[in-house]
Amino acid sequence: MKIFITILITGILTQNFVLARFLGICPFLGVSKKVGTAAGMSVAVIFVMVLATAATWPINAYLLVPRGLEYLQTVVFILVIAGLVQLLEVVLKRFLPPLYDALGIYLPLITTNCAVLGVVLLNIQNQLDYPQALATSLAGGLGFLVAMILFAGVRERLESAEIPKSLKGLPATLAAASLVSMSFLGFAGIAENIFN
Amino acid sequence: MQIIIPIGFVAALALVLGLGLAFVSEKLAVPVDEHEEHILAVLPGVNCGACGFSGCAGYAKALHTGAETNAGLCAPGGDEVAQEIGKLTGFSSEHIVPQVAVVRCQGGENVAKKTYHYSGMRSCRMAAQLAGGVKACPCGCIGLGDCAVVCPYDAIRVCPDGIARVESEKCRACKACVAVCPKDLIVLVQKEHPVPAVLCCSTLKGGDTRKVCTKGCIGCKKCEKVCPNGAAKVTNFMARIDADRCIACGECAKVCPVGAIQ
Repeated sequence: MKIFITILITGILTQNFVLARFLGICPFLGVSKKVGTAAGMSVAVIFVMVLATAATWPINAYLLVPRGLEYLQTVVFILVIAGLVQLLEVVLKRFLPPLYDALGIYLPLITTNCAVLGVVLLNIQNQLDYPQALATSLAGGLGFLVAMILFAGVRERLESAEIPKSLKGLPATLAAASLVSMSFLGFAGIAENIFN
Repeated sequence: MQIIIPIGFVAALALVLGLGLAFVSEKLAVPVDEHEEHILAVLPGVNCGACGFSGCAGYAKALHTGAETNAGLCAPGGDEVAQEIGKLTGFSSEHIVPQVAVVRCQGGENVAKKTYHYSGMRSCRMAAQLAGGVKACPCGCIGLGDCAVVCPYDAIRVCPDGIARVESEKCRACKACVAVCPKDLIVLVQKEHPVPAVLCCSTLKGGDTRKVCTKGCIGCKKCEKVCPNGAAKVTNFMARIDADRCIACGECAKVCPVGAIQ
């Protein structure tokens, strides 16, 4: 049980996918203009991250490793994630139209979200077992949610601030992102020291 | 030969995924209604919300299900779109008179008095919370351009004198600016038949208006007297022109001593 709590804390705070590992920067900058859309995107990411791990871990363990094809991981995982997202879209559209409407365009966008690919590859690299890998994905997704919502809040305030013309738009956004990221570095060391 | 195994593996995986997807999307396909799609295709697709629905898709759906039976709600699309929708749905629409938005204030720099210097957020809605804005006139354009920001057609600009103005060629009468102006200064007027617009909203007494703005309507009733058709009426020290009675002779604009009618 302790290991799962550790995984959650590290995934959300110290090893946050966006703010500490710098994965998934594109949606982080792209869809963080409003808190509502940021939350929608993040929920979709959580969904896909967990499902992608659930699908790729067995593929790796039972299909790739026994045949010595580990080097195909990246290619195969991209393929599987893309297929999975498409499948998810069809299924949601049919059975959960409200959720499908809420996630909207973000669902297909996740196909190319490197945080999703990152989490499945890191799970294999760190040699986690199946439950741990799933927990890591969940934590990674939750961390993405936290980062997105925090940053969307920052950006909504940035929007109405008076910024020098040369810094308007992306420069100011990137500077703000680095500050938020730095604040997350403050969590480093917390997880190790609490649980040991 | 080494290469065969990975190629075969990835190809097989892709085949399985592809077939699976094809099968699932075939099995679980949501029946898309062509009729609704057609209506949506006719609408301009700017999602401005002038029709009162969340966007073009919302309006198309309401028309399709019969929840909405007025085919003429799309202001940006105008008469053309209304006719098209009428053909598709069988719903009729009243003839749509093309309209444009107009900002009813001319109290720019050196025309209207300011009471304080504002240096807060660049937003009219924010500024309006501080004693109703910088202008001494309670109905003055704040000029921070909230209307320009929401305009989906880029038709509104805040001019150098600090007054927002609408470029009538670009305006499609979507009412986004009407809703956002904290001073309710923006109204829609007919585009073709040019009824003179009273570019002032001040209901202050004549003298009081005079004190805060040189171009505000002082309620002198000159327009009322000169109007041959009884279209101009002054109520609450404010001239109003009835578009239905106006014959666009332009007499009122000529006699207005402050130039508030244009």
